[in-house]
Amino acid sequence: MPDAAKVRIAFRVNGSEHIVHAWPMARLLDVLREELRLTGTKEGCGEGECGACAVLLDGALVNSCLVPALHADGASIITIEGVAQGEQLHAVQQAFLEHGGAQCGICTPGMVLAAVNLLEKCPNPTEADIRNGLAGNLCRCTGYMKIFESVVAACKQQR
Amino acid sequence: MNVFEYANPTTTKEAAGLLAAQWGEAEILAGGTDLLSLMKNYVATPKRVVSLRGIKELSGITSSASGLRIGAMVTLQELHDHKAVHDDYHSLAHAAGSVPSPQIRNLGTVGGDLCQRPRCWYFRNGFGLLAKDEKGQPLVPAGDNRYHAIFGHPGGSPGAYYVHPSSLAPALITFGARVKVAGPKGEREIPLASFFATPKREGERENVLMPNEIVTEIILAAASKGMLTATYEVRQKEALDWPLATASVALRMSGDKVKSARIVLGHVAPVPWPAHEAEKLLAGQTITEDSAAKAGEAAVRGAKALSGNKYKVQLARVAVKRALLEAAAHGKEGMQHG
Repeated sequence: MPDAAKVRIAFRVNGSEHIVHAWPMARLLDVLREELRLTGTKEGCGEGECGACAVLLDGALVNSCLVPALHADGASIITIEGVAQGEQLHAVQQAFLEHGGAQCGICTPGMVLAAVNLLEKCPNPTEADIRNGLAGNLCRCTGYMKIFESVVAACKQQR
Repeated sequence: MNVFEYANPTTTKEAAGLLAAQWGEAEILAGGTDLLSLMKNYVATPKRVVSLRGIKELSGITSSASGLRIGAMVTLQELHDHKAVHDDYHSLAHAAGSVPSPQIRNLGTVGGDLCQRPRCWYFRNGFGLLAKDEKGQPLVPAGDNRYHAIFGHPGGSPGAYYVHPSSLAPALITFGARVKVAGPKGEREIPLASFFATPKREGERENVLMPNEIVTEIILAAASKGMLTATYEVRQKEALDWPLATASVALRMSGDKVKSARIVLGHVAPVPWPAHEAEKLLAGQTITEDSAAKAGEAAVRGAKALSGNKYKVQLARVAVKRALLEAAAHGKEGMQHG
């Protein structure tokens, strides 16, 4: 397929404007990782089940493996690389560090974004809100309790 | 994925014009949660993909005295969070919120929920909707059919055995929803209860849409005062998966007695499955543990379990009973609060 078949996508990623040329059905995941070299976003299952590739698309948590990059044209994306303010970690990231919320690390970017998004929408979540907010993110290491405790700690920290 | 052309129309008319007169040549891209997997697995191999994302007229929920108009591109999360849906169409809000994972609810659309392809593993592995072997014999009756239909299948003969995957359709049908579709010849409106179809021959689809028609909106009549509704879903796990059996109920009440009932089962047949016998049985009754259990019995009368899915008959029976009890419990809460 000639490069001419590629399409232009202009979007904002972690606050900076980007223009990329990608295949029409390239996944947002691939464009982020391969064109922009933002490899914090991980690919797990590739079919929307595990949440390792979760990013924020115009403020909504989505699985970037299910988003055609074209659908991100004109959108604002936040990846895990855009969560900390310079050297200052987000309360969720700090809590994951202090409470053992990350082990192998593959689920962590998606898990952190899910938690950040939850706390933005719902600053005082109940336990059920936290479980529901993280329901689209699978972890095969922690057994979830450390992650859950990290998010609870981050909520307390934010108050 | 095969090479294809991508179209990004801005009006429904333009979109319908970009679709083909034959199935399979063009595919509609809404949220993408189903289409991307279908294309990656070569189950869908379109020459053109038509995105609906740029069509403003397909978005938004409008509430008026005559009812609710839900755009086909409304996401499941928007539907779940909408106040009028939450207040007046409780079982629908519940069904939308039960679709697992916030990520899927943020991408998946109402139109996509109704038009998603079945999850049948024979279909997903390229054996077609009728899931036949090379001699034309059906694979499901003798195969692994634990998640397949217990109603509306041809009982061993060739035909459709998959279950319809829509999460919203059963609840929508209990409200008498209508679906508006647009095609090259203009618009038409179809009661959602007649939108789904069971394919009999190769090439037939799971709904009455023409290959170049698009679902544009769902129309709900104004909710009747004091109607009690609930959706009960039986799932294997809470993680991402489709339910094993669901029941949506809508009860019009006269005092504490049922005036009329609508009951529709999901995930038990190639179409959302109305339980007419159970509906009739409930007329004039109060909802008690006993009457709800009897309605559950009536709902599964005539079920035809396959070799591996007898358990689904019990799940469907219990889903109806629990949905009814839940709806009745909402009624009691309402009285206490109001």
